[in-house]
Amino acid sequence: MAEKPTIKVETTPGDWRFPSANQTKRCFTCYIEYNKCIEAKGEGSDECTKYAKCYRSLCPGEWIERWKEQRANGTFAGPL
Amino acid sequence: MILRSLECRFLTIALCDAAEPWQLGSQDAATPMMQGIIDLHHDIFFFLILILVFVSRMLVRALWHFNEQTNPIPQRIVHGTTIEIIRTIFPSVILLFIAIPSFALLYSMDGVLVDPAITIKAIGHQWYRTYEYSDYNSSDEQSLTFDSYTIPEDDPELGQSRLLEVDNRVVVPAKTHLRMIVTPADVPHSWAVPSSGVKCDAVPGRSNLTSISVQREGVYYGQCSEICGTNHAFTPIVVEAVTLKDYADWVSNQLILQTN
Repeated sequence: MAEKPTIKVETTPGDWRFPSANQTKRCFTCYIEYNKCIEAKGEGSDECTKYAKCYRSLCPGEWIERWKEQRANGTFAGPL
Repeated sequence: MILRSLECRFLTIALCDAAEPWQLGSQDAATPMMQGIIDLHHDIFFFLILILVFVSRMLVRALWHFNEQTNPIPQRIVHGTTIEIIRTIFPSVILLFIAIPSFALLYSMDGVLVDPAITIKAIGHQWYRTYEYSDYNSSDEQSLTFDSYTIPEDDPELGQSRLLEVDNRVVVPAKTHLRMIVTPADVPHSWAVPSSGVKCDAVPGRSNLTSISVQREGVYYGQCSEICGTNHAFTPIVVEAVTLKDYADWVSNQLILQTN
């Protein structure tokens, strides 16, 4: 049996830039911020973890997959 | 059936967390939000009864006294300043008394005052729900994700509610602030759990946030509340609130299951 992972009950905190019920833009912004961060600081940089946590917690998996595909095809709409 | 319903309402100490036959009132509150909604309902009902009694009395009295038999010659009063001022000010004051608690509740439900401990994504599909717990990810692919289908009509076990039970429940910790992200993958859906006072529409291309904090352990039932196609009636929601420790155990067990 695999080692039981220890669970730290913690999620990305609230963001004053997105106070409303609509969190679509927040998820997108976090995704952009993360990718800009790893571009600047290199893959696996600790400083980028919080952005990764943010977009993974807030974006549906399907969106992340779609964006990944779009970036591979060069059709991604965001400023990357 | 009515007897059973009355029995459920008055004779048992078990709380009502699912819809039942002949139900008239709300389900029992599991979150402060729902408690607020029920309290507001009762507050407004006080004014409602007051107005009902007053208006009925006026109406019946007028019909009783001022008809052709008892009062053949009608009075020719067309206005009276005092009564006009009273009947304008008084209803406004009543409206004010209704509006103040109503807005207070509305904004307290809307405002996210504390940082949540968990984010859960509820993704509506035709016709099932996918739940994603992505706080424990270390990559995009490895995420605690599962589908929640209804138990078909001919399949429930004894004690399970017909068309309300699902195969995989959403497990959440009690007495913890949760952030629910609600979004669909196809058509509009809605994530609604009456006991927790949540009804959040899922709109394609948009992710909606709603915060809940379940105050007691239990199993809460809800149904899709936005007509989403043929099987709209067969997309229930089941939330299982457990202790924080049990939640952590559940998550780690699920993660092991997913990796194997």
